[in-house]
Amino acid sequence: MIYLQVFLAFFVPGILGYGGGPSTIPLVEYEVVSRYGWMTVSEFAEILALGNALPGPIATKMAGFIGYQQAGILGSAIGVFATVAPSMAAMILLLGILMRYRNSPRVRAMTMLIRPAIAVLLGVLTFRMFRGSYLDVGAIQTFGMAAVAFLLMVWRRVHPAYVIVGAMVYGAVVLG
Amino acid sequence: MRKNQLVQLFLAFFRVGMLGYGGGPSSIPLVHGEVVDRYRWMGSEEFGDILAIGNTLPGPIATKMAGYIGYRIAGLAGSLISVLALILPTIVLMILLLTSLSAYKDQPWVQGLSAGVVPVVCVLLADLTWQFVKRSWLDLGLLGSVVLIGASLIVISWLGVHPAIVIALLLGFALIKPGYNGSPTPEGSDEG
Repeated sequence: MIYLQVFLAFFVPGILGYGGGPSTIPLVEYEVVSRYGWMTVSEFAEILALGNALPGPIATKMAGFIGYQQAGILGSAIGVFATVAPSMAAMILLLGILMRYRNSPRVRAMTMLIRPAIAVLLGVLTFRMFRGSYLDVGAIQTFGMAAVAFLLMVWRRVHPAYVIVGAMVYGAVVLG
Repeated sequence: MRKNQLVQLFLAFFRVGMLGYGGGPSSIPLVHGEVVDRYRWMGSEEFGDILAIGNTLPGPIATKMAGYIGYRIAGLAGSLISVLALILPTIVLMILLLTSLSAYKDQPWVQGLSAGVVPVVCVLLADLTWQFVKRSWLDLGLLGSVVLIGASLIVISWLGVHPAIVIALLLGFALIKPGYNGSPTPEGSDEG
């Protein structure tokens, strides 16, 4: 039942990802690449790249596109619904209770304690993407491009959207 | 009046969606600019409370804010309009771009284009990984962060446990761990 799978693939990361959309990225990757096998890690990277090149929240863009790819417009709606609806409904319905706990050290502890696990998932995902790229275009292209991207984005603080568009043009011309 | 507010909610969150780069958390200041500075639907303090409440729950933060603020200003319709205005335009754009690309999937230049972005995404993810490691180190200390990172690595990568289970256990531990209730914390316990 593809609709149920799309729902679960985005519902599970949505209810576990504390600290906003970016923490849900590796959890989504686990579901759509490792668990359901809908795409390779490189295809996931491509979707993530375009998601980063466009404005707006990342998690919903990924859910909207992957849901669409797997099960059409309805799949897209289900993916987005599973991503945003549970915690939004909880926020509106449980406001009174949550208001009391909003500055609780326990809430901070929840975000704090899952960060190392998210770091591991992100690190492993980074490694697998590097390996995929290395097998695809070789070491020189992979690490050369990564070095240039690092210098531009991390050191010179160039906006990732420009670097991603630049890499697409470079890839189309040189790697094609 | 109410119709007017729905239009304003749509415009406010449409702008946030189209101008906010780098995902939900980085667009929070834009949400503040719209709902506090431009439309004056609430003060900074209430906005801060809503943000804090949003952070007690999992999942994307920007949509939670849009959903709740829309609900507070104009009920269920306001909630729906705000969330859709925030996310729908870029989802449509994403679907259009990626499906037209996959129509030319066999062209060498499309394959090159796809291969070209992977190293950039690697760098973005490596940077994000480093941010999470750094924050863990600051919050949990060197020993705490190394132990938790090492344990997570072993359990998830070598033992192959589903990451959702590991994270659910960590969240459960944070909820039942003693020490946050009884004796007041340095800042003073404000639970209950």
